[in-house]
Amino acid sequence: MTRAHMLAWCAAAALLGATSLQIAHTARAADSPDSERPYTIENGHIDRATFRGYLYYGDACLRCHGPDGSGSSYAPSLVDSLKRLSKQTFEETVINGRMNVGTANDKVMPSFGTNADVVEHLEEIYSYLKARSDGAIGRGRPKKIGETDD
Amino acid sequence: MNVTSRFAAWSVAATASAVLLAGTALANDQLVKMSQDPAQWVMPTGDYGNQRHTALKQINTGNVKELRPVWTFSTGVLRGHEGGPLIVGDVMYVHTPFPNKVFALDLNDQGRIIWAYEPKQDPNVIPVMCCDTVNRGVAYGEGMVFLHQADATLVALDAKTGKLVWSVKDADPAKGATGTSAPQVVKNMVLVGVSGGEFGVQGHMTAYDIKTGKQIWRAYSEGPDDQILFDPAKTTNLGKPVGADSSLKTWEGDQWKIGGGATWGWISYDPALNLVYYGSGNPSTWNPTQRPGDNKWSMTVFARDADTGVAKWVYQMTPHDEWDYDGINEMILANVKVHGKDTKALVHFDRNGFAFVLDRASGALLQANKFDPAVNWATGYNLQTGLPERVKQYSTEAGGAEHNTKGICPAALGSKDEQPAAFSPETGLFYVPTNHVCMDYEPFKVAYSAGQPYVGATLSMFPPKGEKHLGNFIAYDVNEGKIVWSDPETFSVWSGALTTAGGLAFYGTLDGNLKAVDAKTGKELYKFKTPSGIIGNVTPFEHGGKQYIAVLSGVGGWAGIGMAAGLTEDTAGLGAVGAYKALSNYTQLGGVLTVFGLGD
Repeated sequence: MTRAHMLAWCAAAALLGATSLQIAHTARAADSPDSERPYTIENGHIDRATFRGYLYYGDACLRCHGPDGSGSSYAPSLVDSLKRLSKQTFEETVINGRMNVGTANDKVMPSFGTNADVVEHLEEIYSYLKARSDGAIGRGRPKKIGETDD
Repeated sequence: MNVTSRFAAWSVAATASAVLLAGTALANDQLVKMSQDPAQWVMPTGDYGNQRHTALKQINTGNVKELRPVWTFSTGVLRGHEGGPLIVGDVMYVHTPFPNKVFALDLNDQGRIIWAYEPKQDPNVIPVMCCDTVNRGVAYGEGMVFLHQADATLVALDAKTGKLVWSVKDADPAKGATGTSAPQVVKNMVLVGVSGGEFGVQGHMTAYDIKTGKQIWRAYSEGPDDQILFDPAKTTNLGKPVGADSSLKTWEGDQWKIGGGATWGWISYDPALNLVYYGSGNPSTWNPTQRPGDNKWSMTVFARDADTGVAKWVYQMTPHDEWDYDGINEMILANVKVHGKDTKALVHFDRNGFAFVLDRASGALLQANKFDPAVNWATGYNLQTGLPERVKQYSTEAGGAEHNTKGICPAALGSKDEQPAAFSPETGLFYVPTNHVCMDYEPFKVAYSAGQPYVGATLSMFPPKGEKHLGNFIAYDVNEGKIVWSDPETFSVWSGALTTAGGLAFYGTLDGNLKAVDAKTGKELYKFKTPSGIIGNVTPFEHGGKQYIAVLSGVGGWAGIGMAAGLTEDTAGLGAVGAYKALSNYTQLGGVLTVFGLGD
C-alpha cells in the first residue's frame, strides 16, 4: 500500500466513524436508505462530483454489477440495493467486502479498501448510485451540468 | 472448394511430425490419432486446427427435425457455463465454472457419475475474475485430465479415478491473475494461458511437462526479449525481423509490467510446422491516453515453436488499442483457397470486427475484411503495413480522457468474443457466432493497485443504428473475403459453433435455444429450448453406433453482464427501442448439459 493509498484508506475509515463490526451490527439491526440526496440535478443534468461517480463506477463496479448499476446475471442491481441500504452500509461493504459462499451461492464482493480510485471517489460513486436508485437519472451516461444537449 | 479433407491433412501432418520429432512426439501422436476418430472429442478445440467440424453424418439435414434430448445432467453450479465436454472412449468429462468441478460420466450408463473432482479454492478469487467465473473446459492426454482452476492453478487428474496426479501454480490471483481458459496438450506438454487484462497482469503462455507439471517454457506477451522469447534476428513481423526490444520500445517506462496482453483464448497447433498459435488480449488499462505507444505485443497473433516457445512470427492486429478489442479469439488452421490460391491459412475472426487471414507458415497477412458490416472504427487494413486505417471520429485516444466517444462499432465485447467459430471442409465456409453491438466509450485516468480493477473506461452498449437484433450467426467465405449468409439473432450469439458432415451448422443462443441450420443456406432446421441461455460450445460424439450432440447451457459471462438487464438507450440516439429487451426476461441461471440424439 502506498502512502497515498494509506492516507486515502484512513480518510475513508475515519469517514465511516466507527469500526466495521459496529457498523455491520447496526446495519443488520435497522438498515434503511438515507433520505439525503447528495446529488444535484439541473434540467436532467447532474453535478460534476456525481458524474465522476459514474466514471469510477465504470472502473471498479460495472464488471459485476452491470451497466448503470442495473445488475448482472450474478451480482445484484445496486439500483435496487440502495432502496434498502444506508449510506453507511454501502460504504462499509465497498471498503471491507462481503462473502456469501455456500451450496447455493458463490457471491463475493471484494474489498476495495486498497483501491485509491474507489476510496477517493467513494462518496461520488454513492451519489451516482443513489441518483440512479432514486430515479433521478436514467440509464446510460448522465449529462453534466453545463454540458450541451445534442 | 478444393479443400483437403481434415483427416488426410492431419494424418500427413502427423506423419511428418513423427519423422521430425521421433521420441518426444508420442503423446502428440496418440492424441492426434484420437482426434481423428469422430466418435470422440478429445481436445477442447476438437482438433489442433480448431475447426470444430465432425465427420459424423447420421444426423443430417433430412432428419435433424427429429432430434430430441435423450439425457440431461445438472452440474449443480449456477454461473456462466462456457466451453464444452470432452469425450474419450466411453467417458465424458464435464467441467463447471467456479468451483471448477469436473465430472467423469459413464456413457455406457446414461451419464452415471464415475468420479467427481472439486478443488478447494479460496473464494476471494471470485471477484478478481473479469466478467463472471467462467471456465472453458478441460484437456486430455497420457491418461490424465487437465483442469485450469480459477485460482490459476493447473492440475492433472487421473482420467480413470479423478485422483490428483500433479498440481502447479501458474500465476497469482492476489495480483489479479486467474484461470478461465482451457489448457491444450501439445507433444509432451500442457500449455496454458492466463486471464487478468482488467487487473494489469503481464500476460503469458506457459508450457508444463505433461508427466510432472515442471515448467518447460514461459513466454510473456510484453517485456524484454528474453521474457517474450523473441529472437530479434529471426522472429518476424510480416516477413521482417522484429529487431531488439520490439516490445519495450512501445511502452512508456515500466508500464509493460502491468501491460495486460492476457492469453485467455484457445490454443491451436500445426504438427507439420511444429508451431503453436494463440492471441493476446487488451493492453491495460482501457484508457489509451494513459499508455502511449503501440503496446506490443498486446492484441497479437503469436506463432511459437512448440518445443522452445520462441516466436517464429507475430502480427499485432490492433496497435495501441482504444476499445478493448482483445486478440484472443481462436486461430483456425485450414487449407483453403484465398483469392483463388491454395493456402495453408490461419483464419481469425477478431474482436475488432475484421476477419484476418494469414499464411500460417510465414505470417504474411493475406486478407483482413469486416465480418460485420456495422464495424466502423476502421475502414480497412493495409495488407503491406498490417495497419488498420482508423476513423478519427471513433478514436477514444483522439477524444482524450473524460471525453465520451459515441457510436463506436463494435462494442468492447467485440464483433465476436471467445465463442469459437467452425470450419466445414465440405462447404469450405467458416461459421461464425457474432455480436452486433455498438458502444459509447469514455476513458479516464486510473491508478494501479495489485489485485484491484485497472479498467479506466466506462461504456454504454446498444445495437447498430436502426437495428433491433444484437447478434448474427454468419457463414463467411475467405476465398472472396465476404459474408455468404447471415442469420439474425435477438441476442449476441455467444456459443461455440459446430459443423457436421451431415450438412449442418449448430449453435446455441443466449435465450437458450440449441439450433441447427442448413450449412449451405443458413435455413433453420431445428431448435430446442434448453433450461438456460447457452454460452457453451456445441460438441458432437458417437456412442454405440449412434451420433449425439451435447451442449452446456447456463447463462453468464460477459453476456450476462451486458444483457442481463437489457442494453441502454444510447446517448447518440442511434438505437432502436425494440432492442432493449432484458435477457433476464428470457432465461435464468443454471448449468445443465443436454445430450441430443435421434429416436430409435
